[in-house]
Amino acid sequence: MAMLDVKNIHKSYDDNEILRGVSFTMEKEETKVIIGPSGTGKSTLLRCINQLSPPDAGEVWLDGEEITNPATNINKIREKIGFVFQDFNLFTHLTALRNVSIGLEKVKGMEKETARKRAMDELCRVGLDAQTKQYPAQLSGGQKQRVGIARALAMDPDIILFDEPTSALDPELIGDVLDVMKSLCGKVAMLVVTHEMGFARNVADEIIFMEGGVIVESGPPKEMFTNAKTQRAKEFLGRIGALYGGG
Amino acid sequence: MRGPLALDTLVESLPQLMDGLKYTLGLTAFGIILGTSLGVLLAVGRSYGTRILSIIIMIYEKVIRGIPLLVLFFLIYFGLPQIGINFDAFTAAILGLGLRSSAYQAQIYRGAINSIPEGQINAAYALGMSKFKAIRYIILPQVLRLSIPGWSNEFTILLKDTSLAFGIGVIELMRQARYIQVRDPDLVLIVFLFIALIYFILVFSANKTLRYVEKRYQMAGYQSEVHR
Repeated sequence: MAMLDVKNIHKSYDDNEILRGVSFTMEKEETKVIIGPSGTGKSTLLRCINQLSPPDAGEVWLDGEEITNPATNINKIREKIGFVFQDFNLFTHLTALRNVSIGLEKVKGMEKETARKRAMDELCRVGLDAQTKQYPAQLSGGQKQRVGIARALAMDPDIILFDEPTSALDPELIGDVLDVMKSLCGKVAMLVVTHEMGFARNVADEIIFMEGGVIVESGPPKEMFTNAKTQRAKEFLGRIGALYGGG
Repeated sequence: MRGPLALDTLVESLPQLMDGLKYTLGLTAFGIILGTSLGVLLAVGRSYGTRILSIIIMIYEKVIRGIPLLVLFFLIYFGLPQIGINFDAFTAAILGLGLRSSAYQAQIYRGAINSIPEGQINAAYALGMSKFKAIRYIILPQVLRLSIPGWSNEFTILLKDTSLAFGIGVIELMRQARYIQVRDPDLVLIVFLFIALIYFILVFSANKTLRYVEKRYQMAGYQSEVHR
């Protein structure tokens, strides 16, 4: 049984149908990258998975539990699904350390000191040992995003959803964040929406190409980049490849 | 006939005024506690509660803000006993001050709630926080910090408006000054100048203290200082 099973997800905003039946599965510690043109529902799909925007139809299963069932305690499930936001969404009033430890304390019920140590470890892991006492406003974009990743990691999730984690960053800061993400590869399942083709090509176990609210094609990166079956995927990868390069 | 600045007689009346001051401070303290706790609840209810709750709160705020404080005092102290609800004058004044302040404070907190990016509450949910925890640990700590300037303003208004409680017979500073005036009309100017000074000092020191608190708890990145 797959760890994450997404079945036939539909989602509309007003009359606009964003997702028109999306299904895929993920195994433990697998990395999948979702690519596709803007407005195709990639971010919406991530938010449907952790129920920040519950889908109109379809099911999401995690570890054999149906998340989409209204009887499920969604707060418990969300502990197992990390989420990294495009615009970081760090808590403004808390230091980097407290941003990471607050979930451990208030959600997992950890002792303050234990939570602090764990948060410290996670911040070291993303290379921010020197920034633990700084507030979000005092951090660069890349540092903020690494705090965001540490915050998700600290909760010991089964899977982390990344919603365009480098799109809001200056080009020279993207590398640090991608390095951190690469280092997580094979340690925790990652589902990444991104335009970073280099990351997709080198790190992903599978690339999912979405357009118009459906999955058009998916497959291993090598196959997708060199030998995509659908014309749309070929065109998109060609265009985006020229823009974002290998790297 | 003494002059208008009969300081020696004023000194004799000091204990009486200080007794009144105690009630003024009591009214302020209890009034602001009631107003703040209720104001926070109203703001949270209006922003995060159900639609019905939100509408009820909106109506409450509009009604309370539309009634003069003295009328509110009279309604509570003289009006409510007609339907069997009795409060002593001091309690009635606290209720009036607190309720009115809550309606104004709710506006302050609601403004602050709206200024916090929605992403932060999503991030809190994504960590597995319930709505209650997200409000308690993420939203409110920021809202309270951002509200200090507005709250300071409201605090000093409430402090000065305790003087209206003299209208329902609370023997606070204003009432004591009035007693002295009636007993000794020559003292009217000096007595009211004196209590004016007391109110001024209270407001002034409150503002100073709160300005310090505001700076102390300022969030990084929210500095409002303009360098001139």
